[in-house]
Amino acid sequence: MGSLFDFMLPELKSPMTGATTDALMGFIHIVSFIILAGVTIAMIYFAIKYRRRSEDDETPLITHNNKLEITWSVIPLLLVFVVFGWGYKGWLNLKTVPDNAYEIHVSAYKWGWTFKYENGAQVGNEVHVPAGRPIKLVMQSQDVLHSFFVPDYRIKQDVLPNRYTYVWFQADETGESQVFCTEYCGTSHSNMLAKVIVHTENDFEAWLEEQGTGGGGTPEERGEQLVGLQGCASCHSMDGSDGIGPTWQGLWGKERNFESAASVSADENYIRESILNPSAKIVEGYQNQMVSYEGRLSDDDISDIIAYIKTLEE
Amino acid sequence: MATAEVSNTKTLKVKRFKPSEDPKSTFLTEEKGLWAWLTTVDHKKIGLMYLGSVTFFFLLGGILALLLRTELLTPAKTFIEADTYNQFFTLHGAIMVFFVLVPSIPAALGNFVLPMQLGAKDVAFPRLNLASFYIYVIGAIFTFIALANNGLDTGWTFYTPYSTDSSSSVIWVTLGVFILGFSSILTGTNFITTIHKMRAPGITWGKLPLNIWALYATSIIQVLATPVLAITLLLLTMERFLGIGIFDPAMGGDPVLFQHFFWFYSHPAVYIMIVPGFGIISEVITTFSKKHIFGYWAIALSSLAIAFIGFLVWGHHMFTSGQSAVATTVFSFLTFLVGIPTGIKILNWVATLYKGSIEMKTPMLYVFIFLFLFSIGGFTGIMLGSLAADIHLHDTYYVVAHFHYVMMGGTLIALLAGLHYWWPKMTGKMYNEFQAKIGAALIFIGFNMTFLPQFIMGSQGMPRRYYNYIDQFTIFHQTSTIGSYILGVGFLLIAFYLLRSLFSGEKAGSNPWGSRGLEWQATSPPDLHNFDHTPVIINGPYDYHKPMEEFQLGLADVHHNGHEPSHAAKAAAEEVTN
Amino acid sequence: MANHSTSHPTHVQHHFVDADQQFDSAKMGMWVFLVNEILFFGGLFCAYIVYRSWYPELFTEAALELNTFWGAVNTVVLIGSSLTVAMAIRSVQKDQIKGLKINLLITIALAIVFMVIKGFEYSHKFHLGIFPGEFYTFEGLEHAKAPIFFSIYYMLTGVHALHVLIGIGLIYWIYRRAVRGDFSSEYYTPVEITGLYWHLVDLIWIFLFPLLYLIE
Repeated sequence: MGSLFDFMLPELKSPMTGATTDALMGFIHIVSFIILAGVTIAMIYFAIKYRRRSEDDETPLITHNNKLEITWSVIPLLLVFVVFGWGYKGWLNLKTVPDNAYEIHVSAYKWGWTFKYENGAQVGNEVHVPAGRPIKLVMQSQDVLHSFFVPDYRIKQDVLPNRYTYVWFQADETGESQVFCTEYCGTSHSNMLAKVIVHTENDFEAWLEEQGTGGGGTPEERGEQLVGLQGCASCHSMDGSDGIGPTWQGLWGKERNFESAASVSADENYIRESILNPSAKIVEGYQNQMVSYEGRLSDDDISDIIAYIKTLEE
Repeated sequence: MATAEVSNTKTLKVKRFKPSEDPKSTFLTEEKGLWAWLTTVDHKKIGLMYLGSVTFFFLLGGILALLLRTELLTPAKTFIEADTYNQFFTLHGAIMVFFVLVPSIPAALGNFVLPMQLGAKDVAFPRLNLASFYIYVIGAIFTFIALANNGLDTGWTFYTPYSTDSSSSVIWVTLGVFILGFSSILTGTNFITTIHKMRAPGITWGKLPLNIWALYATSIIQVLATPVLAITLLLLTMERFLGIGIFDPAMGGDPVLFQHFFWFYSHPAVYIMIVPGFGIISEVITTFSKKHIFGYWAIALSSLAIAFIGFLVWGHHMFTSGQSAVATTVFSFLTFLVGIPTGIKILNWVATLYKGSIEMKTPMLYVFIFLFLFSIGGFTGIMLGSLAADIHLHDTYYVVAHFHYVMMGGTLIALLAGLHYWWPKMTGKMYNEFQAKIGAALIFIGFNMTFLPQFIMGSQGMPRRYYNYIDQFTIFHQTSTIGSYILGVGFLLIAFYLLRSLFSGEKAGSNPWGSRGLEWQATSPPDLHNFDHTPVIINGPYDYHKPMEEFQLGLADVHHNGHEPSHAAKAAAEEVTN
Repeated sequence: MANHSTSHPTHVQHHFVDADQQFDSAKMGMWVFLVNEILFFGGLFCAYIVYRSWYPELFTEAALELNTFWGAVNTVVLIGSSLTVAMAIRSVQKDQIKGLKINLLITIALAIVFMVIKGFEYSHKFHLGIFPGEFYTFEGLEHAKAPIFFSIYYMLTGVHALHVLIGIGLIYWIYRRAVRGDFSSEYYTPVEITGLYWHLVDLIWIFLFPLLYLIE
């Protein structure tokens, strides 16, 4: 059913969450289309058939017709009951996570996503999942409201700062799907994108293994990884180009001028302060936009990021 | 000799008075000059001042819309920065909702028409009416202060905690809208009292024009819902000013609570915007079909039903927000119930056309456009009300298209219908019918071209409030942008011929459409006190099966300089032949 | 136009047919406005209910910081002022303009007493560091959400106090008009509708007092 309106929807890649939605949307589209066509044709037909022929036209007195009123109240009422029940059923399914679901933690921030796995692996703006297995995302926001939306899976859930919300899906085929943030969250809202990357079960295990052990490396490498994960790069460029915040290229050791504080040279303490208490010193020409990373980065993390910044020479 | 319809109380001596086709004095000529306008308590002048202000804000909001659409021509930056874009869509939304749609029909057209349709000289509290207008102006000034001072980038919904953190001037705008709310509340209070207490002899509840029923339902929503918006905005202002922590999660508050508070007003507000439009449709469709309305009580009571159920559905804006499952279920169910009275209205209007004598003048053309566009808006509303589908469609362009079909295809088209319908009454001039039809065609084509593609891209996953977008949506965005330009040209054309009619338009007679409505029994433009003679009503406003002459009745013997004390329901009238 | 020439008494505005219609309209308008006021406070009561149901223990604990004695005194003061307003209306209906004036003055005095007591309550709390919102520095309460209770307290009582101030202004205006001799048993609409407003202000306090002060 509903093939007439198939062009409106992207290909369904998680039938377990999206099949009901698609069938329901097809049904509503078809029924609406039929009624709309009926109303429109009736309107135009009356307008032609009963067009005014002279100023003295007389019209019959038809005040009401109870049978008709009841008919066109009750039939739509029954139809909307069907639509309600159907939509409710689909929604219950979306809210009921299968027991064997694989759990991934999601952290949303301005403006990016971090996905954390049970073995400690973390990735930014990419969530790798195995095919053919239900996935449960447990989500929380670091700052304002965000919303996790995958059109291919027909799922969406707001991400809140003060509580956990969840969403689930099951992708049957390997491939990629687009993730959007759909709750307005500021300047780079429209760049707050991510990808779901679906692997076969084996490939996924291998990938996870690699990520889980990949936490080593030099401080500079760990710093670079953190910068990707924590979304620093959505505002600060590494190549000198201008962004929402100042670039990090050539930042180390440079004299910084502020909107309302004495100049300092960019050393460890300045960078640390800027990460933990961003509003303390605002670089000239920039807005006070950044949120504090207090509690999100450990002292070691900050040291690693500073090590990375040192490598970014002009 | 017309006979009295009711005869249980007392009999009034009434006489036929034909309205003068060439009035010596009108409300426009009697009090002249800028000062007279600014201090007037005449509901017609106040209505026209609202009309001017609403037009101004519509122009502003419209220009913002065109800028937004232009930016969206290409997937990345076209010509403005992301922050500017965010400010523009916020202002477009806030201006169009609070400064255009809410006051458009009730405060502008309603003010002009309501007392006339009741046969009253003015609203119950004329000075309060003027005060409402100035409160509206003060609210507007606050918003302009915000514009000059950092702008606003929160979206018109002010969701916390974004709005408590934002560096833009949230306080000025929330205070502005808070003040504006009182304008709306006072207008509602005024209208309710006027409808209850100021009806001319013979106007029973069963003979009230459906426009009045619609305005009555609207006023009830205004009085009951707007104070909750006021307190919400006051709390939000205090949140920013003192950090009271009720909505801000950083201080232990709850952002979902804010959404509940906000939508408790803002959903009924949707009905504040659309229900008065329903009133206009009923008036226009009967006039140009020359036929009695089909299902008078069904249409009248469905307005009240919508007003009532409309209070219980706010949670359908929050299906993905994390509100409780029970709330979600109940809100979805009630949302469908509010669709039923709306559907009943549409079918009753279509049935009114049956066996009518239909003349396709411009206002009627807009009614047809309304019925088509609003139906689409309604059906997509059903789609969004059903839970599983809403999860997919929420906060995408599908929603954007839906509410533009309802608010623009519904309210604004109804406003255009009403404006073209009452224009001769308001100004005493006829506009160019041919140009008006071209304008309507441009609006229809431009509108559909702008918003139909948005249904498709929304359903394919394009989120709203996006500055950049992924390449696959380019073609839809570009079609939409071109459509919006056509729409813009349509509005310019309308502004052009309406303004031109003021100077070189043909003179309008008192009743150019042959309507049976009471407001058409006054001169065009009306006298300062609306009617030369206190009108007495024997026939209903839709009794097109009775000859025109029977609609021109007034109190012959004017002891009271105005209206008969035992107003409305119990008055009986007996006509004396002239 | 000739037929607009007036035979109205001066206090009846031109667009009304007679004094009865004007009186009915004014009274109805005021009632509609009062409904709007109730909804306005309703929003705040809603916030109260939500937070009380989330943190019932906070409310019982924090309510102990409020001074029940002075709250009770204020309740008596306001009820008394409602009574004097009612007596003022009664006086004017009987054409006793002197009684009207005296009762209005007593009402204003009681309203001022209310505000003074309220002021002492506020300043005592400020002294303890119980400021609204983020300025809260009081350490006598363990509960993490304690500032929210006092935010709600300040919003409710603050908005109510604002209504009392507006009421004082209105009653003073009525008093001036009474002195000027505007009112008689024929025409006392402003007295009546201001009285209605004042009863509402009183009524809201009667809800606020037990909800904030008398929680067990």
